[in-house]
This record gives sequence, C-alpha cells and structure tokens, in this order.
Amino acid sequence: MKEDDPTVLKAEYSPSDGWRLTKIESSPEELTRVDEAEEKFTQQELPACKPILTPGLVITTLISIGIIFVPIGLGSLSASEHVVEIVDRYDDACIPSNGDDEAAKRERLSFIQNAKTNKTCIRNLVVPKKMKHPIHVYYQLDNFYQNHRRYVKSRSDRQYRSPGSEGDTKTCAPESEVDDHRPIVPCGLIAWSLFNDTYGISTKDNPILINKKDIAWPSDKNSKFGSNVYPKNFQKQDPVGGGKLNESLPLSEQEDLLVWMRTAALPNFRKLYGRIETDLEADEKITVVIQNNYNTYSFDSKKQLVLSTTTWIGGKNDFLGKAYISVGGTCLFLAIAFILTYVIKPRPLGDPAYLSWNLNSATR
Amino acid sequence: MSSGKPLLSTSEPSSATSPHHRRHSSLTIGSLGRLCHNTSISSSVTDGSQHSNLSDHNDELEDELEEFDEDISPLGGALRNSVECPAYLRTRKKFKPVDLQLQLPLPERKLLVSWGGVTDPQHVWSMREVSGASSQAVSSGIQDYLNKSQRSERFLQISMQLKENLTHHDNPRLIHINDPKRTNDNFEYSGNEIRTSKYTFLNFLPKNLFIQFHRVAYLYFLAIAALNQLPPLAVFGRTVSLVPLLFVLTVTAVKDGYEDWRRHRSDRNENNREALVLQSGKFHPKRWKKLQSGEVVKICSDETIPCDMVLLNTSDPSGIAYIQTMNLDGESNLKTRYARQETNKLVLDGTIISGVITCEQPNRNIYEFTANLEIKGQRYPLSQSNIILRGCQLKNTEWAIGVVVYAGKDTKAMLNSAMSPAKRSRLETYMNRETFWLSVFLLIMCLVVAIGMGLWLNTHKNQLDTLPYYRKIYFDKKKFGEKYKYYGIPMETFFSFLSSIIVFQIMIPISLYITMELVRLGQSYFMIGDRHMYDSSSDSRFQCRSLNINEDLGQIRYVFSDKTGTLTENKMEFRKASVWGKQYGSTLSVDGTGDTNVGAEAVLEGRRTWKLKSEITPDSELLKLLHNDLSGDERIAAQEFFLTLAACNTVIPIATQSPSSSDTDSTLRASYGIVDYQGESPDEQALVAAASAYGYTLYERTSGHIVVDVNGEKLRLVVLGLHEFDSVRKRMSVVIRFPNDSVKVLVKGADTSMFSILKRDHPDDNHTKHATQSHLNEYSSEGLRTLVVASRDLTGEELVEWQSTYEDASTSLTDRSIKLRQTAALIECDLTLLGATAIEDKLQEGVPEAIESLRQAGIKVWVLTGDKQETAISIGLSCKLLTADMEQIIINGTSESECRKFLCDAKAKYCVKSANSCDQISVWRQNTESDYLEIPLGTKLSSLQQQHAGQEEGASFGPLALIIDGNSLVYILEKDLESELFDLATSCKVVLCCRVAPLQKAGIVDLIKCRSDDMTLAIGDGANDVSMIQMADVGVGICGQEGRQAVMASDFAMGQFRFLKRLLLVHGHWNYQRIGYLVLYNFYRNAVFVLMLFWYILYTAFSTTSALTDWSSVFYSVLYTSLPTIVVGILDKDLSHKTLLKYPKLYSAGYRQESYNMSLFWITMLDMLWQSLVLFYVPLFTYRDSTIDIWSMGSLWTIAVVILVNMHLAMDIQRWVVITHISLWGSISITYSCMVVLDSIPVFPNYGTIYHLAKTPAYWLSILLIVVVGLLPRFIFKVLQQIFWPSDIQIAREAEIMSKRRHFFGSKPDRISS
Repeated sequence: MKEDDPTVLKAEYSPSDGWRLTKIESSPEELTRVDEAEEKFTQQELPACKPILTPGLVITTLISIGIIFVPIGLGSLSASEHVVEIVDRYDDACIPSNGDDEAAKRERLSFIQNAKTNKTCIRNLVVPKKMKHPIHVYYQLDNFYQNHRRYVKSRSDRQYRSPGSEGDTKTCAPESEVDDHRPIVPCGLIAWSLFNDTYGISTKDNPILINKKDIAWPSDKNSKFGSNVYPKNFQKQDPVGGGKLNESLPLSEQEDLLVWMRTAALPNFRKLYGRIETDLEADEKITVVIQNNYNTYSFDSKKQLVLSTTTWIGGKNDFLGKAYISVGGTCLFLAIAFILTYVIKPRPLGDPAYLSWNLNSATR
Repeated sequence: MSSGKPLLSTSEPSSATSPHHRRHSSLTIGSLGRLCHNTSISSSVTDGSQHSNLSDHNDELEDELEEFDEDISPLGGALRNSVECPAYLRTRKKFKPVDLQLQLPLPERKLLVSWGGVTDPQHVWSMREVSGASSQAVSSGIQDYLNKSQRSERFLQISMQLKENLTHHDNPRLIHINDPKRTNDNFEYSGNEIRTSKYTFLNFLPKNLFIQFHRVAYLYFLAIAALNQLPPLAVFGRTVSLVPLLFVLTVTAVKDGYEDWRRHRSDRNENNREALVLQSGKFHPKRWKKLQSGEVVKICSDETIPCDMVLLNTSDPSGIAYIQTMNLDGESNLKTRYARQETNKLVLDGTIISGVITCEQPNRNIYEFTANLEIKGQRYPLSQSNIILRGCQLKNTEWAIGVVVYAGKDTKAMLNSAMSPAKRSRLETYMNRETFWLSVFLLIMCLVVAIGMGLWLNTHKNQLDTLPYYRKIYFDKKKFGEKYKYYGIPMETFFSFLSSIIVFQIMIPISLYITMELVRLGQSYFMIGDRHMYDSSSDSRFQCRSLNINEDLGQIRYVFSDKTGTLTENKMEFRKASVWGKQYGSTLSVDGTGDTNVGAEAVLEGRRTWKLKSEITPDSELLKLLHNDLSGDERIAAQEFFLTLAACNTVIPIATQSPSSSDTDSTLRASYGIVDYQGESPDEQALVAAASAYGYTLYERTSGHIVVDVNGEKLRLVVLGLHEFDSVRKRMSVVIRFPNDSVKVLVKGADTSMFSILKRDHPDDNHTKHATQSHLNEYSSEGLRTLVVASRDLTGEELVEWQSTYEDASTSLTDRSIKLRQTAALIECDLTLLGATAIEDKLQEGVPEAIESLRQAGIKVWVLTGDKQETAISIGLSCKLLTADMEQIIINGTSESECRKFLCDAKAKYCVKSANSCDQISVWRQNTESDYLEIPLGTKLSSLQQQHAGQEEGASFGPLALIIDGNSLVYILEKDLESELFDLATSCKVVLCCRVAPLQKAGIVDLIKCRSDDMTLAIGDGANDVSMIQMADVGVGICGQEGRQAVMASDFAMGQFRFLKRLLLVHGHWNYQRIGYLVLYNFYRNAVFVLMLFWYILYTAFSTTSALTDWSSVFYSVLYTSLPTIVVGILDKDLSHKTLLKYPKLYSAGYRQESYNMSLFWITMLDMLWQSLVLFYVPLFTYRDSTIDIWSMGSLWTIAVVILVNMHLAMDIQRWVVITHISLWGSISITYSCMVVLDSIPVFPNYGTIYHLAKTPAYWLSILLIVVVGLLPRFIFKVLQQIFWPSDIQIAREAEIMSKRRHFFGSKPDRISS
C-alpha cells in the first residue's frame, strides 16, 4: 500500500449520486497548506487531543474538585448562617375558629369571605439576632399551585403590555370578560387571585416603614407591563378572587400585581412584600398588624410572614453549602482511595501484555 | 445411478405437466413483474398478496428448483454421457420436456439482467433513481419477505427473479421498418421521451407528503402535533408543536424537490438531444423525444445511441459496428454488433428498405434479444448481436444505420436500472428493542401522571370550583355555572394521559433517526475519502451504495468470498499447455530469458507481423514443434490446437495502429501493427493472445468469417456457426470452413464436459487422453485454470443436417437457446482431443495478508467458487487460507446418503457435537469463539466443561478445514442435512466450497444467516455473486473486470480485495463504535430531559406544566444538543488505524457487541435516572422556600440539562479535534444566546428572566453542582472499570497514546510489547 501517494482526492456530494471523489491533479509542490489541512481532514488525521484517564489525571481531577468545592461550600454555608430569618405562620392564628370539623371549616370560610368582618390580626415577634437592613418582608404560601397548568396559562401578556390589545383575552378564560363582554384588564386567573393580605410593622411605638417600591423586577415594570394600561372591570363581579387594584395607576406601577404575576415555580413559595430600610436589633420585639384578607382556608394552604436579611447566596438555605462540602469531601476521599489503589494494584498503562488474548496465553 | 432419481422422475411425466408448471410460474412471475413497474407506494400492499401467491405455487416451483439443482451438477451430464452419442440423439426427443425445464435456470445470464443497471456518471442520475424507487420497492419487499419466510421460499424468490424474463413471447412486437406510422398504429408503443422525475409542478406537494408520511416516525410526529391541537391538551403552543414536523418535512421536501428538478433538467437535456432520422429519403436531425419505433436512425461515430435499435447497415462493408457498453454494464471493452448481410446490401444498393421486424416484448435482459426480420417474404433471425442499446456509444465505426425497436421507457437501459435492496443494520434492529423499553417507560410515566391527576381531582373535587389555581366554573352571568375546560374526572384523567404523552414525546428519540442518517452520511464521506482504499490502478474509489448499514461493518463474523476476480485478479495469463499428450511451458517460468528462448524469438521474429499489447514469452520447444517442417500427427494437432485457440472464441481484434482495415496490403504495411483484443471473457483474451504469440494471430472477425494470420499468411476461415459458451454445456464450439472446403468443428470447454464427448475407440487417443488428464490434474493443483481443446472433421451429411437444424434453431423466436443447445449436441461429439491449456489466475495484491488479518480478527473466511476442487484448494493454499497443518475434511458425495455418511463420519472423527437446541448453539458459538481467540478452555463456565473436553480432544487434530463441492451441496442444502453441515462448518476454521452455482452461494450465506445471529458479508465481483451479495447482511462488490452487476447489487464497492481488511478492521470498527455510542447517548439525552420534566410534573399537581419555555423544549433536541452528537458520531475515534491494523483481534469488540447491548443500555438508563434526579432536585433544594418563579426555574433547568448532557458527551469523547471543540462549546453558547433572545421578547411571559437570574451566584453554583454531582458516578465507574477491568480497546488506546507521548518526550519506550 502506498502510504505517501501524492494524489489528492476531493469528495463532492451531489444528492443524486451521493459522495464521489474527484482527483485533483496537482504536483506535491503545489499542495498548499489549505490542501494539506483538507487532506488531514479527509483522512481523519487532524491534530487531536486524546485524553486518557491516567492515574495522574484522575487524581488531579478529583483533588481539584475537592479543593474548589470545599471552600465554596464553606463560604455559602457561612453566608447562609449569617442570614437572620423570622418566620411566622399566621393563617390559623388570625382566624376565630380552629378545628377540623365541618362546622369550623364553614365558619372560617364565612369569616374570610365576608367583606365586612374585621380581619385585622396582631402578631408579636421577637428578633433573634441583629438584622441589618435591608430586611425583606415576604409572604409565603404553602400548597398553593401557582405552577398549575390551567393557572400558568391563564394570562395575556399582550393585553398587559399595550392598551390596544385590550380585547386579547382568549387565553384568559374563565376570567376574561365581564357579563357585557367588556374585557377585564388585567385578565386571567393569576391576576384575579391577587394576594391581598397587608402587613404593618412597628416596634414598641414607632411604626417601621415597609418600602414597597421596586419589589418587582425592573424588566417587568419597564417593558412587560404597559405604563399606559389601566385596570378595568377588575374584580367587579362575584366572586372576587383576591386583591383589588387602584384603577388610576397603570399596571406597571402596581408592583404587588407584578410580583404576583411572576408565578412561582413550586407549590411552596415566597413573594416579596416590601423592604424594611432600618436595622432591627436583637431581642427587639416587633408587632405586626396583619389584614388577613386572602382566602387560603378553602384549600388547606398555609400563610406565613417572613422577615429575612439576605446575603450573596440569597435567603437562608444551607443546601448549597452542605452539598458543596460533601461533594468536595467525597472527591478528596475518592482521590485518596484511588492513590491507594494505584499503589496497591498498579496496572502499567498501555501494556500489551494485559490484552485479553495475551493474558490468556500467558496463563495457559 | 440411484441418485439420478429426481431427474428421471421429472422426465417421466408427459409434456403436459410441464406447461402446467410453466403456466403457474408465469402467473406468479406476472404479479412480480407488475410489481416492478409500480411505485414504491404499493410495495407494502402487494407484498402480502405476493406472499400468499407464492405459497400457493410453492410446491410446483420447488419441484422445478430440484430439477435445476440436479441439472447444474455434472451428474446430469454424467447420466447423459453414459449414453453413447447417437443413442443420446435418439433419446433426445424423449428428454425434451426436461430440457424445457432446464432452460429455467441458466443462472448467471438471467441474474445479470435482474440486477443489471446503468453506471455512467452522467447518465446514472436519473435512471438509477427512477427505477430506484420501483425496484427498491420490489427488493425491499423481497427483503422483508426474506426475513419472514422459510429458506426454500427464499430460493423461490431468487429463482423467480431469474425466470421473470422468460415469459414474454405471447404477443410479439411488430416493427415496420421506416414506417413509424404503421408501426405505432395498432399498438401505442411508447415514444422516446423519458421521464425519470417523480413529480410534476402540480402533484409535488401531495405526492411528496404522501411519500414522506410512509415513515412511521413522521406519523408519530403528526399524531403528537394533532393531539396538541385539541383544546384540552394544548400543552405546548399550537404552532410551536408543529415546528419540528414542519421543519423535517420542509427540509426533506426541499431536498426531494431539488433532486427532482435536477432530474427534470437532465431529462430535458436528454430528450432534446438530436439524432439523424430518415425522413422522406434523407437524414434530418430530430430531437430524441420525437423518435418513434420504426424510424430509421443514423448514428455517427462516438455518438450515444438514443434508443434500442436493430442494425441495418454500418460504414463497415461487412456490417460490423463496435459499441462501448460502459453505461449499460460497466465493461469498457468494445463489443461487436453486426448488421445482417441482407439489409446491409439492400441499403448499399440504395433501395429504401421496408420490412417487418417481429420481436419480443420489452424486457430487462440486456444479454438477449430474439427477433425476426422479414424482408421481401424472407425471414432472417435477429439476435443479441444485431441490436444496439440505448446508452451505448458507437466507436471505431464511422456511422451506423438502424431501425428503432424499443424507445423511451421500453428500452433495456431504462428497464434495467436497479438499486441494491434496502438493508437495515443489525444495530438498528436492536435499537428497536430498546425503543420498545423506552415506550414502556413513557407509558408508565404517563400512567403515573394520569392516575395522579385522577386522585388529585378526586380529593379536591369539592374545592375545584373555587380553587384559585384551578377554578372550573365560570361566574359570568351568561355562562354561570358552565364548566370551564372540565370534562369530569375520568375524561380529565384521560386527557392528562394524552397531554403527558405530548410533553414526554421526545422520550422516543425521533431525531435519532435523522441524526443517524446524517452521521452515516458523514462516515461514508470519510470511507470514500480514505486514500488507503483508493485503487489507483483502476482509478476506482470506494463506494458507499447503501447508507444504512455502515455500522454492520464492525460486526462481521463470516466473510463469503468469491474467488475469481475477488481473491484473484481475473487477469489471465497463459502459462502452460499440453498438446497431444505432451506438456510445454513448465520451464518457462524458471528461465524465461534463457538462450533457447532468444533463439526461438529470433525464429519467430522473421515471420511475425503482429505485436501484442501484452507480451507472452512462448515456449521454445513448442515453437520448434510448430515450425518444424516435418509433418506428423503431433504437429498437425499442435497447429489445430492453436487454430482453435485463435478461432474458437468471441474475442474482437482491434488493430489499433493500422490506418485502414483493408486486408490486401497488410503484409506490406508494417511488420508491427498492434493488435488489441477485446472480449467478454478474460480467459479467451489470454488464449487468443497466446495463440498470437505462437504465430496464430486472430486478425479480423466478422459475423461471417474470421481472418487468422498464421505466421504471416492470411487464412480466411468462413464461420458457419457458433455455439456460444453456456453454463450447462460448459463448452463452446465453432464450425469453420477452411479455404480448401473442409469443415471442422473446433471445441473448447471444461474438462468435465469435454472428456465425455471425446472419441472413444482409438487406443492411441487413450494414451493422449490419460496424459492430458494427468496434466490437467497437475495444472489445477497448481491453481491454474484449465480448458480442454478438441476438434472434429465434419462430413458433408453431418454438415447438412446440422446446418438445417442450426438455421431453424437460430431463427426461432421461442426457446432459441434450448434449440441451439440441442443443435450443438449434434456436432459436439466424437471429438479428437488436441490438448489442454492452463491459465494462471493471479492472486490480487495483498490477499494473503488481508485474509490472515481477517482470520486473526476472528472473522471466518469462506471461499465459494465455481472452480474445481483442486483449483480451489490450490488457491486456498496460495492465499494462506489453508495451511499445511490443517486437517482437510473433503466432502464429495454424489447422493444424499453418501453426504450424510461423510458428514457424520467427519463429525464423529473430529468430535463435533450436534447443536440442536438454541442454548447449545450459543454454547457452540462460545466454543468456536474461544477457538478464534485462543482463549484457554478452562476459563469458561463449568457447565461447558463437557464441551471443552471434546474441544481439547479435537484440538489434537489441529485446525479443521472443510472442503465441500457443489454437488454435495445440492443434497445437503435441500435436505435436513443442513444442520449437520452447519455444525461441522462452524467448527472448522476454513470452509471452501467449490463448483457452486450462484444460487448455492446464496444458499450457503443463508445457511449461516438462518442458523446463527452472526453477521455475514459477501464479497464478489461477478454477476454470479449477485445473489450472494444480496443475501448477505453486507454485500461488497469488487469493481473488477466482470462488469458492474456485483457493484450494482452491493452495499459497498471497492477496487481490491485487500481493502476489505481496512474496511472492516478500521472503518467497520470506527463506525460501529461511533453509532453504538451515538444511539446510547441519544437515548440518554432525551430520557434525562423527559425524566426531569416528569419529576417536576409531580410537583405541579400532575398538571403537565413544563417549567421550560415551549421553544426551549422544541430546541432541546433539535438545536441545543444535536450538533455535538453528530460531530462525535462522525469524527470521534477510539484507536488509530495503525493500532487497529496492528491488533486485528480488537475487531472482536464489534461482534461481541461491546459498544451496544442490553446491559449497556440499562447501565445508561440507571445513569440517566441518577442524572435526572440530580438535575431536578439540586435546583429544587437550592430554591426551596424562595421567591423563584417558574421561568427562572425553567431557565436554570434548561441550561443545566444542556450543559450536563454536553459534558457527559465531552467526558466520553476520545479524540478532541477543533471541530469537536467548536460544536460542543458552540452548542452551549448557542443555548445561552437562544435563551437571551427568547427572554428579550416582551410578549413572552418569561421576559427578562435570564438577565435577572445570571446576576445571582446561586444560579451558577447550582449549575456547577448539578454537572459535578451528575457526572461523578459515571466518572468513578469509568475509572474503576479502567483500573480493574480494562478492555482490550482501552489498553490498546493507552499503548497508542503513551508510546506517542514517550516518543514526544524523547525517552525510549520502557516496555516492549510481548
């Protein structure tokens, strides 16, 4: 077989004939570098990196994973430790009747559904550690499937964006229009079920201001919800699903709505209510005045109020830190195990004597 | 002669039964024939009916087959031979019905046709594709059918194809010469316009869609898309769900449209070419498409022939025209065609010819043509030599005039464009099994979702009206109480099931099929481009004719090889001769340039006028004998011997350097005109060349006479008749009238067929006969091909009798070949033996090495040849197939019982166990495997120990070689001895089958295919290998000298046998590894994605919400992750070709299915499960109780799964080239950019997500965590496997890379391979 035949073959494809080769008649001197590269390509001889799992490579990989992961884990764990969080479940406390029997349930429902009842509820909380501002105020709902398909789909982003698409409510059923076929703005189940509990926080006597500006994503405010789209016919007919909107404010200013409309990924979720721009000292007693308006009683959902500081890692969550540390630790452990293995049972790499047929003929 | 029973029994029934047989067969054949002209659409439908049809006529046809098998064996001949010649003549009539049956086989010739094709690069375009569709349909139908049915039925299929051409004599076609009007009046013969395009502008869309939806995958797509259009199920946006289907359909439609446009264009070009047509007495140019049957057309030199025409006249006074049939059968040599002398004269006289040609209906047989020409009340026969076919070119002839007999789609070229049948790769078949499992998972997942949904609805059924995230009721006054998208719990459950199918649809990786096609296309690009498989001597490249079975090349267990032209070069060289019982030429090879030779050369030089292109050094002794002035039997015999060699053939001499072909001044002109011989058979060329070297130069050949230059003297011999070679008679003869009016029959043929028809009485002759016989044995043991030459004087009466029958036979329209054969029997008897020739069939370059490598690789090489046993054994020895230490088992039975005895004896002797049950077969395979790989038997499982004892005992005999001849195979393949043969053959290291007919070749391949799971490959170059090539899992054609039939039928074609080593060991290995990994990876890739969606759905109250945006879901398998798999599938390689060739045993990974098997699939699925859990739960825990919204979560999952699967791939890539880097990292970047783009469109609810998300460190940390945790188990598993259970491939790979590195660092390798 001639290994260095200077003939250059070029493959061309045509749909009817498939691949065919044409010979490029050229002397070896005429071979430019491009041709050479092409030749290497067609002969599958391109310069290549061929990694093999040498003991060195394996151990290096494992150790470097360990070295990278353990500090990250420690870092995020400590960040998570620094987060101070106050969680207060109030749904059962802020309702007159508690009990599992049917009567209690009916009572609860009539309480929450009656617009006239006084739903104010006062909760006293103690700050466990010093909380530096900004302190985020969240409400947390459990067992509320904001990710249900029927729910997620029931919106019309066109309508929210421009007043011209007001009638674009096809996707919003069953909350698309009022009886006389005037469209509801904002339409859809999500908007209809807007969360409407309110919180007022104070220490001893001084009320603490909850800043409700900029709680929604800037992108939502600026582009997604129109600054000239005003709520119309919203919550005008029974049953009223949730919060009402100020009809003189455009949608882009209704930040509570914007936050609510970013539907949560999981059935237990938090949503930002506002921020407290002052520090809270440790052991400070704070009073929260809750308007317990939102009906979660008809479907066994929990309501919680959360006050939390944040760090670079986000809220309080040990998972990342613990996971990183354990993965890093495992890798380091494995590295050691492999070092031992390579020492105890070394197999010379690429030794043809270990080929199965050679092995067998050796033992014969 | 008890063995002759089948023959006798079938000859007994009166002739009435035979037509019965024929009628039935023609019936079935009819249906098959009709099928041929249908488009592919109906193939599946007709298949069923064909099936039943077949089984109906099963028995009759089987009978016929039996006869056929009986008859091709020399046995039939022997029977006939035992009767004296005259006696035979007398009994001839009695045998007639048998003979009638006999015409059915004639395998080679017919096969040529059934699978013939066109090959010219410029013209193939359309022809191949056009009828590609139809014939592919047929062949795929056949293929399907083959897979289902029993063996004997398979044979039927093939033989049916063979017979297809024989049933068209019913209504002849009448052509009135130069009167197209009358010709076409009664029958609407098709015009010469060809249409190879599939579509017209109007029917393109419906027809193309119709054809496309024949793919089940597309129907699946369509069903899913349709489901998604139902309101309660609209999981995806309705348009989004249509995108993948529309995309695929559009791409295919555009491709089809473009190809069809090309066909339209080339059709137009072809149709608008011009030819000279006789119109009102003069030749005027006319477009090809306007040509009609019956018109008279003039063709000039080098022009292409526009339709099938009967020659009327040529520029040559004797009416010869030379044509090149390259486009038709791939043979580059010139062939002669003759105009009938009668018409030739008429046209010369200037009379306008009028006459009627009666010819057969259009058919596909390019080697036969039967017609009659009737001029002025006289009838003349027309045959194959009088017709020139469309697509051929006129050469060496100034002009030719002919009458159109078949035009347009009736031409043989158009009827004859076939593609090889569509085969399906083994791996793809296995893939279906895994696809089934995936569908089971899919169903389970959908059921879980559906049941979950039902239960959830049931527990919440009282709240559903008010549940803010569900709310099933309208509170509008108008619609009050009406239910919004709620159909009751059972229906909702059902809908939930359907919509989860939509969400999980990509669990069945439809894109895999498209990916695999692309990958195979790329692989074939590299196979074709491989410089090491380019044959520079014949300028033939490697060809991938079928794109479906690349990976099968890596799993071959059996190679069935033809001998002639495949192992050998099929370039014949005249080596030795035995003349009148004396042997010449034995010293030739030893001292070719000795003194005696020079002397002889000098003697010759003076008288020689012709020089050959290829030189042969003649044997001096023989030369002396020839030029000896003494008269004597011996000398006369020698002269006649060479005269026969020069005359008894179909070779065409072409004097290339002589300016004119007038024969008067040749002696004056030059002493060194160069003669080139063109002929269909290389043996004949070699013989003619040899004769020329000894002074008998064939110089001119026309239909009526030949001119032989005998040492400078012109000898004009009138050819009275010629009986061409056929595979039944195995000889050819020519009847010659010498200038002195004596008439001789010159015969040459195979020894078996010749010795029986020699004169018997003379004692002298007996001596010669014995001597010749021993010489023949000697020659064939040296691996030479032998022919016996004999002659006979014809007396006047004999001549008259023969002439009348000959006339009659050659003008007959029906059964001409049989009648001719009978005629031949009249004169082919009572012959005088002249001598024998020995021709060397040279081994191709690198054949022994290639065979050795294949053997080391664990591939069994079987040689199937039509040659004699001795020749086969000698070739086997010379190509190292057989070695001296082998035990040869020779099976040479002449009856069933004898064969059974042979087989049983051999089995008993060599302790071969019967394998009757399935597990025993597998045991056997393991045993034979261990034999190949030389694995010690003790390491096997204990349950096998008994077998091993036998093996070890058997090992003391040394490796076995089985040599079996076609004769025995007749009995063995038909009867229940098959399994015995299989047992014996599989335990032998080498199997040689000699004297096998083409159908037996297929039968042997089928034997292995049926009885084992091993992959078979058949390689051959001739038309007689076509059946074998189509039967085997992989068919390889050699672009040899025997035409293109094998190539047309093959899946891969190449120039030399030795490329097979590279094809299998290197490309086969690569392709298999790549496709195997590709399939597993694709399963994994889609499943991990689907499972991730599934886990999430469990957290959405079973509502089949997908956190991912619709576009991301669609793009995932199309855009985000597809490119790297394709690139890896094409470019990745585990070992360099050097290593693979160095350790052929590495090939065994392929047939042991190491790259793709059930356990790998399940391991991959376990890995997939882990990774999907990691993918889902890491983000879930990270963002537990947080403000994360659904689109952010979806965005994180999208990017995480894309990075994870790409990193998974990256971890498995063995060879990183620039393109791999680009595609892999490019895919990740493309994913990011797509997400940025998608999140920048304000009307999407996910607007702005990625910008917000990318700012948080938790996002990046969780991606990193997912990738590392997801891949860590796989990594550890890989490392552990490589430490404790390194595979051979792994070690070889390390060796390869380490040695390169050592080399690079300049240190010497510290280990030398053992």
